[in-house]
Amino acid sequence: MKRFIAQCYIWLLLIVLYAPIVFIAIFSFTESKVLGNWTGFSTKLYQNLFTGDMQGTGSLMQAIENTLIIALIAAVVSTVLGSIAAIGIHNMRGKTKQAITFMNNIPMLNPDIITGVSLFLLFVFLHISQGYATVVLAHITFCTPYVVLNVLPRLTQMNPNIYEAALDLGATPFQALRKVLLPLLKPGMISGFILAFTMSLDDFAVTFFTRGTIGLDTLSTYIYTDARKGGLTPELRPLITLMFVGILILLIVINIRKIRNSDNEAE
Amino acid sequence: MNSNDYIIEIKNISKSFGDKCILDDVSINVKKGEFVTILGPSGCGKTTMLRLLAGFGQADKGEIRINGEDITNVPPHQRPVNTVFQRYALFPHLDVYENIAFGLKLQKVPAEEIDKRVMKVLKMVSMTDYEDRDVESLSGGQQQRVAIARAIANQPKVLLLDEPLAALDLKMRKDMQIELKEMHRKLGITFIYVTHDQEEALTLSDTIIVMNEGKIQQIGTPTDIYNEPQNSFVADFIGESNILNGKMIKDRVVEFVGHEFECVDEGFGENVDVDVVVRPEDIYIMNRLEGAQFTGKVKSCTFKGVHYEMFVDTDKNYELMVQDYNAFEPDSEVGLLIRPADIQVMHKERTCNTFEGEIVDETHVRFLGETFECLQQEGFAAGDKVKVEVAFSKIDLIDHPEEGMLSGDVYFLLYKGDHYHLTIMTDDGDHIWVDTNDIWDKGDLVGINIAPQDIKIVK
Repeated sequence: MKRFIAQCYIWLLLIVLYAPIVFIAIFSFTESKVLGNWTGFSTKLYQNLFTGDMQGTGSLMQAIENTLIIALIAAVVSTVLGSIAAIGIHNMRGKTKQAITFMNNIPMLNPDIITGVSLFLLFVFLHISQGYATVVLAHITFCTPYVVLNVLPRLTQMNPNIYEAALDLGATPFQALRKVLLPLLKPGMISGFILAFTMSLDDFAVTFFTRGTIGLDTLSTYIYTDARKGGLTPELRPLITLMFVGILILLIVINIRKIRNSDNEAE
Repeated sequence: MNSNDYIIEIKNISKSFGDKCILDDVSINVKKGEFVTILGPSGCGKTTMLRLLAGFGQADKGEIRINGEDITNVPPHQRPVNTVFQRYALFPHLDVYENIAFGLKLQKVPAEEIDKRVMKVLKMVSMTDYEDRDVESLSGGQQQRVAIARAIANQPKVLLLDEPLAALDLKMRKDMQIELKEMHRKLGITFIYVTHDQEEALTLSDTIIVMNEGKIQQIGTPTDIYNEPQNSFVADFIGESNILNGKMIKDRVVEFVGHEFECVDEGFGENVDVDVVVRPEDIYIMNRLEGAQFTGKVKSCTFKGVHYEMFVDTDKNYELMVQDYNAFEPDSEVGLLIRPADIQVMHKERTCNTFEGEIVDETHVRFLGETFECLQQEGFAAGDKVKVEVAFSKIDLIDHPEEGMLSGDVYFLLYKGDHYHLTIMTDDGDHIWVDTNDIWDKGDLVGINIAPQDIKIVK
């Protein structure tokens, strides 16, 4: 009986969590303009999405492109910055190390809206005209701590003499970094990169405050504006479905890799 | 000896981390092809010394030469030395072959030559056929072999080994000791080996360097170090020993445990306080009382595998450790005898505590960062720099650190047959030496008091 209740609870939870997405996915296969009206099965919305045969399609495609490019730049730059920072923090001692680690954690706990507003004020104060560049900078700012958080444990687990062993065998500091340190940090850097990429993808608040008035839209701000205009553009339904499936596949791949890795270590 | 015969010359090296002095004016010369062990307790500076040789970290003062070349400021990757690290430090993303070939690839050695050399060193560490294995799938002992192979593949002039066997179990450690010795013979290069295990040091080395608190205590062959320790630290650290206060009556006669003994030492002077070391296996124990130099009563007897270890209370109330192949029952009366050559006489490092101090007023003197009350002093003015002497036995240790003028912890202890000789490290890092009959343990926190009449002030 207890088991039954526990099972029911889990299923209820999963239904509540996933019902909205499943709902949208189902209605992405019908042509109705209004969400919730089933007018027969059709893949027209998917066709529209890819052929661009719909109203306002230019700006939606532009928003998707912006989102992906910004996320890519932000993820790449913050992976580089975050990894270097992690190595630096790892080599610090005692109080300084604690203080810096603590400071690294603050931006992650900070609500997005505060990060957004404070960056907005900073850009205004520095007279930096806001647009593409400021959005990218802002995204790098909030993504970097996540990379640090992913790379740091790899360093802590590492044998403290490994870098020295490389130097000892005749590697210059740069060679030791490239041939020993980087390969060992790679898993942490990859998960940091993926996290940064997804953080940037779904950010709304920070983008909203730092994009200025030049009409730059990412997917999240586009959907926000679109929804305020009254009703969602129907083509967003297949888009959301596709993105969900994409993320799902990515997560499955990451998890399989993780399981395989821990199996290897267990051997 | 011509200085060119030394492969390593370490001259007056000092190194501190913060206010803590790790190495204090250390000088070492190592001959080509020697197996040298740096031996000492943890924190004695031995690993720091090895790291300076490898190039990890800079000495504050001094010079290091290898093969006559000054390498004090040469970065690690350009030094003709290779290191075997304590916890292997193999590269987990590379297999055995690639780990060993790492250094050779960097030197752009041709692939065939790399192949040949990797196979050769693998054979040397008995790991043939393991070249494709993932290093993390190997046992601790196998990983250590790969680490050694990796270090010698580069054909260094000097091989540095930082407690390489510390993480292995006893049986494996014994086997590896023999293999290391054999490897040293075959390679003919200089080994610098760091360990805290005295038995390992005695087994392996041509020369042992005993270190403590950043200073060299003694350099010598294993036999020298064991049979003729130069101070009570070395005597206590290497093997079991009875360390006793004694007095050199005249040349070849020394008094300790309340009796006079013939010995082989000369040149100490007459009636000079000394430390005497007698190894427990060098005390002859017998049932007959006639013919014995002194007598005692067996307090305890423990079987130790090859020999029995007995504690004997002597007729003058000293306790001695005695080892013999025969067991003597507790409470039995025994005769004891020590041969002259087995008595090792050492100069005392100090006979009382001496501190730098400053007169505050007629009845107060300041030293060790505190102002102490002392007896009325004549002939000193406030502000005079003086020497303060306090006898070892006149320092009171109390259980509660907060009730003492000073507080500290028991840093080192030595049983001297009828009392303990403690080294107390104060919270400010100063040393105070104390003779006491109370039993303290290493690391105990203590309060320290000194009575006014026990403070002796000298110019």
